[in-house]
Amino acid sequence: MYETQYHRATSVEGAARQMGEAEDGKYLAGGMTLIPTMKQRLASPSDLVDLRRIEALKGVKITGRTVRIGAVTSHYDVSTNVELAKICPAITSLAGHIGDPQVRNMGTIGGSIANNDPAADYPSALLALDATIVTNRRSIAAADYFIGLFETALEPDEIITAVEFTAPDRAAYKKFPNPASLYAMAGVFVAKSGDTVRVAVTGAGENGVFRLEDAETALAADFHASALDNLTVDPNGLLSDLHASAEYRANLVKVMAKRAVAEIASRPM
Amino acid sequence: MGVEGIGARVLRKEDKRFITGKGKYTDDMVVPGMKHATFVRSPHAHARITGIDVDAAKAMSGVVAVLTGSELKADGIGNLICGWMIHSKDGTPMKMGAWSPLATDKVRYVGDAVAIVIADTKGEARDAAEAVEVSYEELPVVVNALDAMQQGAPEIHAEAPDNLIFDWDLGDEAATNAAFAKAAHVTSMDIVNNRLVPNAMEPRATLGVYDSGEDHYTCWTTSQNPHVARLVMSAFYNVAPENKLRVIAPDVGGGFGSKIYIYPEEITCLWASRKTGVPVKWVADRTESFLTDAHGRDHVTHAEIAFDSDHRILGLKVATIANLGAYMSLFSSCVPTYLYATLLSGQYAIPAIHANVKTVYTNTAPVDAYRGAGRPEATYVLERIMETAARELKISPAELRRKNFVKSFPHQTPVIMCYDAGDFDATLDAAMNAADYAGFENRRQEAAKRGKLRGIGMSCYIEACGLAPSSAVGSLGAGVGLWESAEVRVNAVGTIEILTGSHSHGQGHETTFAQLAAERFGVPIDSVSIVHGDTDKVQMGMGTYGSRSGAVGMSAIAKALDKVEAKAKKIAAHLLEADEADIEIKNGDVRVAGTDKSVPWFQVALAAYTAHNLPSGMEPGLKEGAFYDPSNFTFPGGCHICEVEIDPETGTTEIVQFVAADDFGNIINPMIVEGQVHGGLAQGIGQALLEATHYDASGQLLTASYMDYTMPRAVDLPSFTVTNTVTACPSNPLGVKGCGEAGAIGSPPAVINAVTDAISNNNLAMPATPQNVWAALQAAK
Ligand SMILES: Cc1cc2nc3c(=O)[nH]c(=O)nc-3n(C[C@H](O)[C@H](O)[C@H](O)COP(=O)(O)OP(=O)(O)OC[C@H]3O[C@@H](n4cnc5c(N)ncnc54)[C@H](O)[C@@H]3O)c2cc1C
Repeated sequence: MYETQYHRATSVEGAARQMGEAEDGKYLAGGMTLIPTMKQRLASPSDLVDLRRIEALKGVKITGRTVRIGAVTSHYDVSTNVELAKICPAITSLAGHIGDPQVRNMGTIGGSIANNDPAADYPSALLALDATIVTNRRSIAAADYFIGLFETALEPDEIITAVEFTAPDRAAYKKFPNPASLYAMAGVFVAKSGDTVRVAVTGAGENGVFRLEDAETALAADFHASALDNLTVDPNGLLSDLHASAEYRANLVKVMAKRAVAEIASRPM
Repeated sequence: MGVEGIGARVLRKEDKRFITGKGKYTDDMVVPGMKHATFVRSPHAHARITGIDVDAAKAMSGVVAVLTGSELKADGIGNLICGWMIHSKDGTPMKMGAWSPLATDKVRYVGDAVAIVIADTKGEARDAAEAVEVSYEELPVVVNALDAMQQGAPEIHAEAPDNLIFDWDLGDEAATNAAFAKAAHVTSMDIVNNRLVPNAMEPRATLGVYDSGEDHYTCWTTSQNPHVARLVMSAFYNVAPENKLRVIAPDVGGGFGSKIYIYPEEITCLWASRKTGVPVKWVADRTESFLTDAHGRDHVTHAEIAFDSDHRILGLKVATIANLGAYMSLFSSCVPTYLYATLLSGQYAIPAIHANVKTVYTNTAPVDAYRGAGRPEATYVLERIMETAARELKISPAELRRKNFVKSFPHQTPVIMCYDAGDFDATLDAAMNAADYAGFENRRQEAAKRGKLRGIGMSCYIEACGLAPSSAVGSLGAGVGLWESAEVRVNAVGTIEILTGSHSHGQGHETTFAQLAAERFGVPIDSVSIVHGDTDKVQMGMGTYGSRSGAVGMSAIAKALDKVEAKAKKIAAHLLEADEADIEIKNGDVRVAGTDKSVPWFQVALAAYTAHNLPSGMEPGLKEGAFYDPSNFTFPGGCHICEVEIDPETGTTEIVQFVAADDFGNIINPMIVEGQVHGGLAQGIGQALLEATHYDASGQLLTASYMDYTMPRAVDLPSFTVTNTVTACPSNPLGVKGCGEAGAIGSPPAVINAVTDAISNNNLAMPATPQNVWAALQAAK
């Protein structure tokens, strides 16, 4: 790791100010991505502004069916939130299957979506839930937020403060993990609210998270796993690497989508 | 048996310090004035070095020195060597290319060391290492053994035209051809044994300390065999004479073979310590471990097996190409030859065998012994082809094996080995019973109802361990003898120190070896200390690898214990005024058999040291040494049965049952033996299902971290069923065989036989990752 200056922010404004004063600063949340990158000397920020102690960014707030998750809330805290599990078990279960216990204790939702790893789990949930990403400057719809591989609509130095969404009627997330890293090799989030079905896929797209519109149409007409039997997922545009060819990923997307729907069907209403 | 003697399941004495974080590893060693080293490593797989500019690096803060290979050479430090001579079938010696600890003219793989930077802190050393300017002229790269043999492939060492190191034969080719001419059925197949990264939990590390007052060197290092390290560094690398070089291997966090060898780093740090006058420590980071620890396996084989009409094996032909990487590591040449082809007879009576092995250089990390070393490769070839033959012949794989088992001992195979003992029917029966083999068809049908493909596979392995009779390995080209040494020191109060040339890096020697003394003298194991891993404390010994510490290391201890016991009995007979032949030692008392006359063990020891009242002419003291050279290898064998369920939609394999029935001869501590089996199985299953090592065409290691290299996790493994049968080994005094590698040797073919059974497609390479299994399922459609 190269030398760096560490700052512990106590407010969002303070963090923004500290960042403004830094030569080439970076926000630090759980550090699960940033710190290893720095240790490998692939990143060398002059300053780290730690957001994790900012009270305003912590915790899950639920009002009716409206959910607000503060940006520095850990995966562990999301996964164990009992109230959230009552209205949206898909997201608590998703959080509970990120990486390993160490990663879940440190990693945050804000860090995850700021980083926008194409194999991260949360992006699929936020896209399928039609969530809003709230920053210190504005609110961004998930559909406009996730732009590409590790690319988002965030402006330089913009701070994610929270994620907001309305709990869907029913939802489920199914992930096929990369056997080595445990990140998603194909993760499919299915959310149904009224007659609207949204299906978002992570881990598979060459451009990051995307919606699987053919599946949405089929499921809107018939919300059963069997409605996806004839779905064809086009390998074009899917990632291909050591662990999974585009063809294999296309298969996994379909299988995970069906399993997510089946899981919803198997749960009591 | 005493409560802590032979056969007792006592808990490991060493675990307290390991579990509480009190182990002392090389990186825990701190000496005054110590500085930290980083190696400048090649980012290219193959390039000529056209210049090294160290000026900017030398000027950086905290930097003590930046040293290169030309300075090392100028000081007379020698090249690394492979210590086992193999001759090609045409009689020419193997073609070993030069391996300078720091490359001077060419780099040959990504990670090849080019310079050492020494600074006050590791961070400063790293900063300065980035400022070392090495100019490279890139050369064409070859990573795959088959490609390396193609005409026009890049030449890696001028000494080895066509990258061929040797072209070696074993067995009778004419007799094998004649056997095939009579065959009623021939099964042939191509078999790849995937390259593995050893991944010891503790990365390699070394601390070199030069004392100018004494002109003496101390080398702390992560070694499985500190005496061998001293011998090789002294005799071949010209670091220092043996009496001026102390090698200490303190607690070592796993080796699996990768810490047998002498690497560039320890030589360079020792030399650099003298050059700079400061102690120099280097600790590998995980990336360096991936890039530069000697890898394992990497064979490509074509095999054919011939049967008569009664399904008896007539002959076996094997042609293997082994990738040895960019340089010949210390024992690299013996792994694909004498540790491999000599095991190709397996558990079977095979009248004729012919094996040809070609080894080649590539622009990849050096390949050497990794848990099992050659024997997993042999077992994989034989047990895959036996299973395949059974499928082709449409007979039960168990029956085909049983029919061909060696049934009487000693059994001379056509490939050097003479099996001394075994009962292969017994291990097969034990495994089939434990696995409820007969009930498999029902389980398959039940799984099918759940949409799962269930398969079963077995592997009947034999291995040769307890390396090894010195004269035998000497005649086969080994540069060293493979005996072991021990010294038993009884202290004046009866506590015991056992100095052993074996080295424990996870095997539990501190417990098992103490049990031998507990058995002999009835003392608690807590009063027995095992001393190992320091050339200044322990007499010359050969270290731990090849499952030799039980069969060879403990046999040396047993011999020394014999001598101590004999002397103790003489002293006791004198004290008790009895006949020496009537003295027996039981439960901490030395007594006259059949009487109540006894003297406590500690008083015998005390008498030896006060020397007030010893038999006339007897030397004081109670301390004896022994060297033990085995008369044969030992031959553990067994049967592993694996049962899997595959999710056809995703290709995911779940091991639903794994049975290992092993014959390790007599067992000293069953719990430790089971632990060794569990660890070996985890590595074997890791190879079969998870671990893949990929280099891209430019020689970059793509799987250089745990983000891409899949280490087995607890969830990947079932609860193992481990059971034993016993045929005592006639070739050593304890009747023990060896258990350290068997798990990794026997399991991979059992897993792949099960997976290919489940998917009804035999064309599947290791590792059977979900993607590979899914692709094989699609291909079979
Ligand atoms: C071994 C391992 C396994 C993992 N497995 C998974 C997995 O299975 N699924 C998965 O989804 N993820 C996985 N992760 C990623 C992990 O879950 C974290 O989400 C991720 O590392 C980023 O979160 P963080 O809080 O650690 O962010 P950091 O590493 O601290 O920061 C990441 C980036 O986001 C920026 N940033 C952080 N917070 C904010 C903010 N509030 N506003 C603006 N920018 C911000 C930082 O500046 C930095 O650029 C894994 C990580 C590891 C190390």
